[in-house]
Amino acid sequence: MSQMLANLRPEWLTPAVMDIFVAMLQALVILLAAVLVGAILTVIERRLLGWWQDRYGPNRVGPFGSLQLIADMIKIFFKEDWIPPFADKTLFVLAPAIAMASLLLSFMIIPITPGWGVADWNIGLLFFLAMGGINVYSVLLGGWASANKYALIGAMRSSAQTISYEVFMGLSLMGVVAMAGSFNLRDIVNAQQGLWFIVPQFLGFCNFLIAGFAVVHRHPFDQPEAEQELADGYHIEYSSMKFGMFFIGEYVGMLLISALVATLFLGGWHGPWLPPIVWFAIKTGVFLALFILVRAALPRPRYDRVMTFGWVVCLPLTLINLLVTGAVILLVAPG
Amino acid sequence: MEFAFYLSGLVAVLATLGVISNPNPVHGVLYLVVSLVAVAMVFFALGAPFAGALEIIVYAGAIMVLFVFVVMMLNLGQAAVAQERAWLRPRTWLGPSLLAAVLLLTLIGTLWLGDGGMLVQGEILRARQVGIILFGPWLLVVELSALLLLAALVTASHVGRQRQQSPDSTANREVS
Repeated sequence: MSQMLANLRPEWLTPAVMDIFVAMLQALVILLAAVLVGAILTVIERRLLGWWQDRYGPNRVGPFGSLQLIADMIKIFFKEDWIPPFADKTLFVLAPAIAMASLLLSFMIIPITPGWGVADWNIGLLFFLAMGGINVYSVLLGGWASANKYALIGAMRSSAQTISYEVFMGLSLMGVVAMAGSFNLRDIVNAQQGLWFIVPQFLGFCNFLIAGFAVVHRHPFDQPEAEQELADGYHIEYSSMKFGMFFIGEYVGMLLISALVATLFLGGWHGPWLPPIVWFAIKTGVFLALFILVRAALPRPRYDRVMTFGWVVCLPLTLINLLVTGAVILLVAPG
Repeated sequence: MEFAFYLSGLVAVLATLGVISNPNPVHGVLYLVVSLVAVAMVFFALGAPFAGALEIIVYAGAIMVLFVFVVMMLNLGQAAVAQERAWLRPRTWLGPSLLAAVLLLTLIGTLWLGDGGMLVQGEILRARQVGIILFGPWLLVVELSALLLLAALVTASHVGRQRQQSPDSTANREVS
């Protein structure tokens, strides 16, 4: 039978080429799934917020509001795609593309199951940090190119906030890297077979989660787009699909941080009884729900308090965490 | 790998030319970001992914963000573009470019006459090797640069410190 199949196979379809096709297909599926989940999250967030705040949320379109997403998409596609005449056109168009692309690229490094994942790099985690660094430009350029004071203030807040939080985001991950002995996320997941890193790296986990909220500027760190003071901040001049890319990009960022937390601190696909993909989805889903619950529960702190909190509380905590982790590793396994 | 090396090298050179010749300050700074990312790609092509990733995180992701931030805050309008244009007349740049071209020719000549067996390849240098080298033979340099950074930090925090106001100075301000 296998002989027959081998005869049917064309000449160029060697196993190496097959592997490339499978890898491309996997990458495509992961990319589409990330965008789709990001889009669906916009509706799920509103339903969950409604539920937690004791109101209905969008429940009119379709059974239980399930078709709300399609209604939203039709609406956003038919809006006029307007570029203000006073804007810097090239950068105005470039900014939402950077917002979406840099976050989507980061999904490359996340191993979903033992067989699924796009890139298996030895600099995996650094690639995520690099893409997080590039992502700042979307907000900066969007805010500046709009030539609008509210947008500029939003961009200013965002860059200051991101720089303060990126410093200890990188540092909070170094404890995990030191324990796993690798930047490769697949190695990090495999190192958690016995004990999830959330236990020995609890401080690192808390700090990474806070930094993650700040980097994708979700509530309570959404000062860049505070709608009460800045009327939506950096994307105030955007409409139609360009706004849509900023909007979906934010949810893709949420998904990315949730998936990373699940991978780095909760053992990725590891778990009893259920298949790996289900465990990964459950862990990611819990953190997505946490993102939304925090938005429903917490007020927005003042802007300077956010900065002070980052530098005065979180940075020293990560440094202490790193110091203790290093000392323990040297004690347990010297040399 | 050789193809990636030359392509990203070309992008880096063109983007750097864009930094110099673009009259708009914000666009110039963005060309510099592109140039740094291209240099990171050169590192990747040479088999140093750790250095490449750090180049993007530190230079493109942090230092250049501050540059863009400051240039944006300056609120440079059409006047700044016109001024830059005026500075870009051939009379201004011809002399320095000629001198730089002589240096370039010397560099190309030296490389041409020198060891021709250099290839774009090499073993991949992982983060572990970089760390072992940094904290082994180069430990003294690392510690010295740490001292330098600490001194810079102290200076910056001293310059940025808010002047403590004595009670009479606030009283004076209220009177005036």
